Amino acid sequence: MLGEIIIGIISAAVPLSITFVLVGLGEMFNQRAGVYNLGAEGIMMVGAFIGFYVEYTMQSGPGSSTLGMLAAIGVGAFMGGIMALVCVTFKAEQGIAGIALYMLGWGVAGMLFRVYIGGTTTIVGLQAVNVPLLADIPVLGPIFFSQNAMVYVTLFLVPLAWYMLNKTVWGLKAKAVGTAPMAADTMGVKVDRTRIQCVVLAGAMAGLAGAYLSICQTHMYADNITAGRGFIAVALVYFGKWKPSGVLFGALLFSLAHSFQRSIQVYGIDFPYEVAVVFPYLLVIVVLAFSGRSNIMAPAALGKPYYRELRD
Amino acid sequence: MFCNGQMQIEHIELKNITKRFPGVLACDNINLALKQGEILALLGENGAGKTTLMNILYGLYQPDEGEVIVNGRQTAIDSPQKAGALGIGMVHQHFMLVPNLTVRENVALCMFNDRTFHCDIAYVTETINRICTDHRIKIDPDAYIYELSVGEQQRVELIKALSLGANLLILDEPTAVLTPQETDKLILLLQEMAASGCSIIFISHKLNEVKAVSHHVAVLRGGKLVYNGSTDDHTTNELASLMAGRDINLPVAKEKEPSDKIILDIQNVTAIGDRGTQALNGLSLALRKGEIMGIAGVSGNGQSELAEVINGIRKVQSGRILFDGEDITNRTPQQIIDRRMGYIPADRLHEGTVAGFSVKENMILKDYARPPLAQATFLKDRAICRYANDLVAKFAIKTPSIDTTCASLSGGNIQKVIVAREMNRRPKVLVAVYPTRGLDMGAAEFVHSELLAARDKDETVLLISEELEELINLSDRIAVIYEGKILKIIPAKQAQKSALGLLMAGVQSHG
Repeated sequence: MLGEIIIGIISAAVPLSITFVLVGLGEMFNQRAGVYNLGAEGIMMVGAFIGFYVEYTMQSGPGSSTLGMLAAIGVGAFMGGIMALVCVTFKAEQGIAGIALYMLGWGVAGMLFRVYIGGTTTIVGLQAVNVPLLADIPVLGPIFFSQNAMVYVTLFLVPLAWYMLNKTVWGLKAKAVGTAPMAADTMGVKVDRTRIQCVVLAGAMAGLAGAYLSICQTHMYADNITAGRGFIAVALVYFGKWKPSGVLFGALLFSLAHSFQRSIQVYGIDFPYEVAVVFPYLLVIVVLAFSGRSNIMAPAALGKPYYRELRD
Repeated sequence: MFCNGQMQIEHIELKNITKRFPGVLACDNINLALKQGEILALLGENGAGKTTLMNILYGLYQPDEGEVIVNGRQTAIDSPQKAGALGIGMVHQHFMLVPNLTVRENVALCMFNDRTFHCDIAYVTETINRICTDHRIKIDPDAYIYELSVGEQQRVELIKALSLGANLLILDEPTAVLTPQETDKLILLLQEMAASGCSIIFISHKLNEVKAVSHHVAVLRGGKLVYNGSTDDHTTNELASLMAGRDINLPVAKEKEPSDKIILDIQNVTAIGDRGTQALNGLSLALRKGEIMGIAGVSGNGQSELAEVINGIRKVQSGRILFDGEDITNRTPQQIIDRRMGYIPADRLHEGTVAGFSVKENMILKDYARPPLAQATFLKDRAICRYANDLVAKFAIKTPSIDTTCASLSGGNIQKVIVAREMNRRPKVLVAVYPTRGLDMGAAEFVHSELLAARDKDETVLLISEELEELINLSDRIAVIYEGKILKIIPAKQAQKSALGLLMAGVQSHG
């Protein structure tokens, strides 16, 4: 019984973590490049709605889930572009711009939902599939081989992000402009262009993360569907020390806590669930408090716009 | 050939260059020319416009007027990339390296800045190895920049410039942060490079180096070119006067009867450094009232940690510090300040001042809470302004007003603000760490005479410096620090540079 519960908790945590991994990897790129985007939450909401809406209008026909996610990527990239324009090109205060983008995203997604959908409507979305044979392996089977396709895509994105960051010129540029933009400039790196690329990429990832929520996880759209996941992801990037593996680990840890909390309710364990609900968030705070040591690998220019002729 | 490159710069000319910053005319109608294989020394006090001029040549700043002519052709250098393509490389005063990347990755970034993905690491390694063997430079390509010493970081800067095939190298105060030994090595390297066809522009205000290394010298003062000609035509003293626009005489300490009262007694102190190593290793030192005690040593042997434990900024692991008979070991900085300890930190912009605060606010940083500057937690603005204006006049600080932010002043004037604040408190002991580092001769002269004035008032100075001449001229006694311990204390009058140099390298003479 206990073993079953534990496997249940873990196999439920894996799909939960995917949203955080997607948006977190994107956020990691823009923070590495020196921009933090609090608007990720807003982008996720719009991505979630657009993904849902595309599938809904195609009546969950073949390929509609994929198309929905692609549409969410597109709209996410567009919103990332707005963030980049405001913060990189026009050098506005990043925190304020991010909050504005969050509110814009919430407003736009909520309005579109009320105008075009109105009430609770479900779609088929992307369902979990059992991988033949592998899904029957005890313990590992339910955890790794009976998930929806996006889980595998996302888990593949983690090493890909590591490779991009550490083994390509583009990754070096991203790290350079976020740590020592003046140095990067003298090395011939185009600071603003690199930052814009990272913010747009992160926007696309946040859009996809939103669509994952509506298409793969809940199979519906509701107002405030993201419920703070975008903000959690920003914290997870700090927690993960700006490393893809760190983001993955943070996302899994948080999702485990979340899944554990849910199973307390599901299995009817005698524990006030109102308290249990708080547990994952408490964990984030505790972990952040203890991981707050200054880190030499951190992007030192995070949050600071770059002016070439600024004398300091 | 050392400097292999796409195109050779045979002749470069700056014509009528003018650059304005808000409220400052940084460069005023400057004309300069340089031929292949020449070393030009660019001299000038802090804020004379040397760095601005070089940033224009390197494409970081755009001139408001004037043009750059390369090999007889007018060329717009509108970005560092463009400068790199022309074969111009620059080693900045504040190193332009990404600290959380490795040496190899930093060089790769320079070489492949026009690429998106493919990073040919093998080719980068090959290039680094070739440059290192050609110039006999030693570096670990896999080390992260933040792990390297300043001297090593400078070598990375040179490798960076050379990897791009630079044949005009601009070095902005390359020796300001180097030890004497490292400086000698660098000068040798530069001479070799010039002999093999590189042109070099060398910014400095250390005149001995300028004499040793350059063919030509150009002197800037207040943004204007005041002299441009052969190095051999002038003595160092004449060059110093040209820079300052007046005669400069660095003061020397006069003989004085030593007092036998011990004012600061450091007993067997150990402390851990930033890198987690044992920075102070049972260090003992006793300072007499009214003397200047010089600390000589190669940087990184515990000097900054020594200054920090005395001022309560770093924790003492074991041992005691007695200040005027009272134990101040591990007291808070505030408690130590209150007992009249003075401190001139090495990093004047970040530790010595709050850069964004005004001159006035920086001057009262240590005394703001006491009358007459404050009454019952309220700041007395009129008293503060009078106080600050007095100090500005007394210490001849060049600032537009007492409300100007400290960050916008030149290095020499920022140092004057700190010296004014510390001196005016009449400290019993003043700890001065590299007090003239990066300062021009005029400002150094000022700091030196202030330190001597403190000694005349029977105040004690602990002077930490890498400039042996400064130590010998000012100190009563010189203590040599090596690996966190005092190796030997010698009276300054008997100190010889060569003997000090050996001691600093840890060599104890026997007998």
